[in-house]
Amino acid sequence: MRFGIIVFPGSNCDHDCKYAVEYLGHTAEYLWHADHQDLTDYDCIIIPGGFSYGDYLRAGAIARFANMMEQVRKFAEKSGLVIGICNGFQILLEAGLLPGAMQKNRSLKFQCEYRSMVIENADSPFTNTLDKGEVIQLPIAHGEGNYYIDPEGLSNLEANGQVLLRYTTPTGEVTDRANPNGSVSNIAGICNEERNIFGLMPHPERAVDSRLGNGCVDGRKILESIITYRTEKGGVQC
Amino acid sequence: MLTVDLQEKLAFNGLKFEEYQKILDMLGREPNDLELALYGVMWSEHCSYKHSKAQLKTLPTQSECVLQGPGENAGIIGIGDGMAAVFKIESHNHPSAIEPYQGAATGVGGIVRDVFTMGARPIALLNSLRFGNLDNEHVRYIFGGVVAGIADYGNCLGIPTVGGETYFNKSYQGNPLVNAMCLGVMPVKEMVTGSASGIGNPVMVVGAATGRDGIKGASFASEELSAESEEKRPSVQVGDPFMEKLLMEACLELIKTGVVVGIQDMGAAGLASSSCEMASRAGTGIELDVALVPAREKEMTPYDFMLSESQERMLVVPKKGCEAKVKEIFDRWGLNAVVVGQVTADGNLTIKEDGVIAARVPAASLADAPVYHPESVRPAYLDAVESFELSQVRIPETDEYNDILIELLASPNLSSKAWVYQQYDHMVRSNTVVLPGSDAAVVRVEGTDRGLAVTTDCNSRFCYLNPYQGTMIAVAEAARNVVCSGGKPLAITDGMNFGNPEKPEIFYQFRESIAGMRAACQALNTPVTGGNVSFYNEHSGQAIYPTPIIGMVGLLENIEDAVTMDFKDEGDLIFLIGETKEELGGSEYLSLIHGLETGQLPELDLNLEKAIQQTVIEAVQQKIIKSAHDCAEGGLAVALAESTMANGLGAEIEIEDGEVRSDAVLFGESQSRIIVTIAGKDLNLFMQICSANTVPVQRIGQVKGDELKINDWINARVELLKLQWQEAIPCIMSQR
Repeated sequence: MRFGIIVFPGSNCDHDCKYAVEYLGHTAEYLWHADHQDLTDYDCIIIPGGFSYGDYLRAGAIARFANMMEQVRKFAEKSGLVIGICNGFQILLEAGLLPGAMQKNRSLKFQCEYRSMVIENADSPFTNTLDKGEVIQLPIAHGEGNYYIDPEGLSNLEANGQVLLRYTTPTGEVTDRANPNGSVSNIAGICNEERNIFGLMPHPERAVDSRLGNGCVDGRKILESIITYRTEKGGVQC
Repeated sequence: MLTVDLQEKLAFNGLKFEEYQKILDMLGREPNDLELALYGVMWSEHCSYKHSKAQLKTLPTQSECVLQGPGENAGIIGIGDGMAAVFKIESHNHPSAIEPYQGAATGVGGIVRDVFTMGARPIALLNSLRFGNLDNEHVRYIFGGVVAGIADYGNCLGIPTVGGETYFNKSYQGNPLVNAMCLGVMPVKEMVTGSASGIGNPVMVVGAATGRDGIKGASFASEELSAESEEKRPSVQVGDPFMEKLLMEACLELIKTGVVVGIQDMGAAGLASSSCEMASRAGTGIELDVALVPAREKEMTPYDFMLSESQERMLVVPKKGCEAKVKEIFDRWGLNAVVVGQVTADGNLTIKEDGVIAARVPAASLADAPVYHPESVRPAYLDAVESFELSQVRIPETDEYNDILIELLASPNLSSKAWVYQQYDHMVRSNTVVLPGSDAAVVRVEGTDRGLAVTTDCNSRFCYLNPYQGTMIAVAEAARNVVCSGGKPLAITDGMNFGNPEKPEIFYQFRESIAGMRAACQALNTPVTGGNVSFYNEHSGQAIYPTPIIGMVGLLENIEDAVTMDFKDEGDLIFLIGETKEELGGSEYLSLIHGLETGQLPELDLNLEKAIQQTVIEAVQQKIIKSAHDCAEGGLAVALAESTMANGLGAEIEIEDGEVRSDAVLFGESQSRIIVTIAGKDLNLFMQICSANTVPVQRIGQVKGDELKINDWINARVELLKLQWQEAIPCIMSQR
């Protein structure tokens, strides 16, 4: 399996993503933001976290104009899998590849901690090894993760099963206290209607090695879902 | 002749008349204004260490693992597998006092550059912070601004901030302390230094353009703060972490190519200090033309160029003929890389403007400031401290102890610092093994199974009450914290924060502190590989408590040996290694509950300390330690409570009610004590290790239930303790 990781000036979880993919025994390559490289041969493109272009103007607002984002758009149009994590999610929103927008956390502070979240829809290339209703734990680390979408957009998301992850208590209740940043409807991650583009604020790539942090490895399941999906699709080099 | 004109010039440049005469002797002529300004900043306390140098020279700096001791941008130690750890601590106190956000942010920026300039990839940041009391609105503003500044800068760089410490004491009311420590790793063979060797090699300025910001920041850092300090706000630099991230990536990429002869950060005193230090280390000269330096503003003078402290710039000396390679890499990252001059044989720093010489002085003379041996007088307050009698302090009734414990846990000094460290990305780069909040953080050395345990420690109340012993304790505690996280202590960097050294009582504190550090570092074989001295930490004539912050690095052969302080499983046995004596002097308990900051410090026997640390190291290697926690501020009771928090596991403790008064048993801060838990099956092996090292050890209880019980003194639900401990700082900071 071959993953491509886009590197913008200011990306800083590119390294973590590569580590996680390689930890699971697959290949990951960095893709430079300014290049025009065709992405057809990749199984999945990761837009990593960090502070692309220093988050100047707004998080993701400048990165969306990078050459490589045009390639990502083409790749996604042909049903290629794209996952944007943290700053990557913000970039996908700014690029219009996912609906909605991001605001500063309601605390107005950067927040880094482990958080619980529930799988709202297991029928996607990014969640197929999980169960609907399963509660997982992943680290968050962001200052602008307060997802917003208007009421109509929200009901579309819900109706189409596009909400994949929602912040909850450790026992799976969707409460205001379980919401770390003020996201509408406790949303932590969404996909597009076609379900091949996934944006999420939590960091699955930071939860694959049990020797790190609090030992949680729930992030593996997200990456393994992608791998399972591509493997079952067939015709994939390993 | 000291004319009025000269007097004003010297005052402007912060030079003494005898220093001016030394300059005349060195040059054999009168310096021009620019030359005088160069001496002014380079001979400032901040750049020259003129009051501290002689004392610092007495510190141990060598051991079997030290590859680079003091004198370079950062210290380097070997950690096996061909890898080296690079680390240093630095202060940014004065800027943070008047502009907390930018002051703290640029402090982080500076220390990170010091580490990657050696060729190392920064893998961890720590911060040691001191503020006044949080009941003061201005202190809350400073505290909030400093934490946000550190967060925004470090987070954007993608370097995890994994540890540190935050304390509050009225002595820091007008003069907070912000000390940032950075740790990096690299293959030993990729080490570079800040040396401008090779006559004819080009000198290049890379990174951000130069503006007029931060001019004379180094001089500002070398005077006391006062009501007028607000006017020095233009001396505070403004940071751009995005630029620093690009600069870091470009420099690391450049160093890997092997074309770099020498490289140095432009920190305090900017182009002036970086050029003369690089030349003087190599015994060469540097000639540069300021008209070639990329400028942010028009009509900048040579003075502006040389003294600007614009951030995110480096001075690079590549091999001759490799200029294009440097440009190519920096171009890709969208950064400047411009040849501004060359290395010369004449030993001079020659500054030109459009080819016309603006200044020419021997580079070594700028780096060779006078060394002072200030007068030292024992401060009078120490008499009262030494004659303090504990018997005058009332021993609380048994039924008061629950409330006292809660009051301690909910005090800003002992409460959870999650409000601080959750604003820092402490996991980025996927190497953080032990998260913030434990005794020392542990980060993995990527590509190996090894880990580095890293901590900053200083109990400044102790150092005020007894600078010698307080500093010994700081070193011992830092080592103990490393051991409690599963590491073996290797070396330290010291962040010395004191008042005005020209006051004999302050210099006494400094001298004693250095002596204490020397003794402890020798005994524990943890040499000093570099550090920082920040004097003049006074506001309106009032000095801070002496604060020698010890940044220690230790090694874990395997990150699977990492240990945290949290109780793990019901039924585990709890042991106290070390001895509890009747020692309440200088304790948090005495300060918070009785309003007393006085008394003789706890004793410290360095041999016993070593034996106790060795015991834990051996037990860790046998993989029988399930949790380990140092008894520090708040004593045994607070340490036990802290161990219950993470997993909500309580403990039943029974301590022999002997000679020692009960409040000293619970809250005394006797040194060289570590609480460990082990599984019952490992009891024999554990006792063998303890007796082989002849250390005092007692079984004090077991992990049990969801309550903390200590004799008939303490009986509290963990959930309640945790709530008080956790909510204290968020609650204070949410008020306006």
